[in-house]
Amino acid sequence: MGNVLVVAELQAGVVRKVTLDTIAFARQAVDVIGGQVHVLVLGDGVDAQAAEIAAGHGADVVHAGNGAAFANYIAENFTPAVVQAAEAVDAEIVCAPSSMFGKDLMPCVAAKLGAGMVSDATEVFDDGGVRFKRPLWSGNVITTLEVTTPRKVATVRTTEFEAISGYADASVQAFTADVGARDDAEFVSFDQVKSDRPELTDAAVVIAGGRGLGSGENFDMLMTLADQLGGAVGASRAAVDSGYAPNDWQIGQTGKVVAPNLYIAVAISGAIQHLAGMKGSKTIVAINKDGDAPIFEVADYGLVADAFTAVPELTEKLKSLGIGS
Amino acid sequence: MKIVTTVKRVTDPDMKVKIKPDGTGIVTDGVEYRMNYFDEYGVEEAIRLKQEHGGEIVVVSVGADASTKEIRTALAMGADRGILVETDEELDSDAVARVLAEVIKEEAPDIVLMGKQSVDTDRNQAGQMLAAYLGYPQATFAFELKVADGWATVGREVDGGTSTKRVKLPAIVTADLRLNEPRYASLPGIIKAKRKKIDRKTPGDLGVDTANRVNVLQYEAPETRAAGQIVESVDELIEKLRTEAKAL
Repeated sequence: MGNVLVVAELQAGVVRKVTLDTIAFARQAVDVIGGQVHVLVLGDGVDAQAAEIAAGHGADVVHAGNGAAFANYIAENFTPAVVQAAEAVDAEIVCAPSSMFGKDLMPCVAAKLGAGMVSDATEVFDDGGVRFKRPLWSGNVITTLEVTTPRKVATVRTTEFEAISGYADASVQAFTADVGARDDAEFVSFDQVKSDRPELTDAAVVIAGGRGLGSGENFDMLMTLADQLGGAVGASRAAVDSGYAPNDWQIGQTGKVVAPNLYIAVAISGAIQHLAGMKGSKTIVAINKDGDAPIFEVADYGLVADAFTAVPELTEKLKSLGIGS
Repeated sequence: MKIVTTVKRVTDPDMKVKIKPDGTGIVTDGVEYRMNYFDEYGVEEAIRLKQEHGGEIVVVSVGADASTKEIRTALAMGADRGILVETDEELDSDAVARVLAEVIKEEAPDIVLMGKQSVDTDRNQAGQMLAAYLGYPQATFAFELKVADGWATVGREVDGGTSTKRVKLPAIVTADLRLNEPRYASLPGIIKAKRKKIDRKTPGDLGVDTANRVNVLQYEAPETRAAGQIVESVDELIEKLRTEAKAL
């Protein structure tokens, strides 16, 4: 059968980087199953976004699906459109980023397509048939999966894939979905957290704080360090549960998965569930006054020190060395 | 208002999971189990909805006989009766959703409250698949739930902020961590739970073929990171990050 369909994710009308990472997964998939990489962009006025996605990121055909029912994402209206597109392009694999968007949408798509589904795919390969790998048990176990249905649905662990650039431009086509807006589900609002800092999952540098910081105010020094390095601020679940940081900052199995170039864990003990969300980072630094904290087992560089002196010192020294902004 | 809430028996996520040497599964000997964390938030929200609107809470689990323990925990927290759909098979989320769909059709609740994902298989699929199979609307990753006039207004955790969605009942709502603070079962609650009824069924009784669409071929441990080094000072840290890791 071949062919992969990627469902693009837009956030407030902007193409998310995770969409391009997912296209990189799709290229890996067509190497195994053959066919073309199709991308479906749904919205109300998404021709510009379709053109942006088509510009050398690894897609062969981008389908722009405009319609009032897609103005704001809800699974109820997107599901039938994705199902129709999957059938129209005869996709063997239908995938989306493993973001809150993809997690919400793709199980519905799988159920409607009668397809088996893989969550958080980290790899697709051939071993006498298409195989997928995915982490579970907080990333402590990796399984190899076989999907027995003709169509297969996946969400993609985008931190494992690097967006492609310089590929041949894709053609852009209009896609018309026969979808009437459902009357039993309504989008009300999206309250975007406005921040000058990069989004956690896109940031090259992440400074994360744990319960050891003792209060929300003490996250201020992490923000100063993050701003010096142009990074984002995250938190462990323990810190979020203690009310020191918003849920949106949570890194770990039950929160966000990040894989920045540099991850600095401050006063984080390193519970299994936290490690699952940051183990893929290129360089990991741990600052913790408890030298036995499990975070040191995954850190490339550990500094056994009190965060309240080490973090301001680090920020000041970076500043005086002219490193960062 | 009739509420269905679901619970899954999972391995204690605070324990280190071990993989069988032949890679066919995880070691279950000596492993402790508990109710999936996220399901506790679903059960708690069900109790709060019942306190506000009255009605009945039915707690459903799909799993082995031992899952009656987790059903009893939910009954001790405040649910009214239980249903165990008993199977010793390791079902994929699709099979679980198809089993639950038949239970929901029989029970005809106003709302179904579930955890957003289980902390063992981490799939985050069953609630959404259940909504698709039933044709119900869904509101996943809920941190706030209000029910009035036959609709649920749900605050949802999404990337980049929060979102609000309204769904007409009956609907599926999956719980995230900020939704509430799950209560502990009280001693009187535990005693009362012993007299509450748990019905048993099998997927066959419900007419569901539980053949999996996704098969696990192999379990393995992830690659471990090489052990790092301890630096003595902030200066040394900056030096190593610049020259060795080239991360600055």
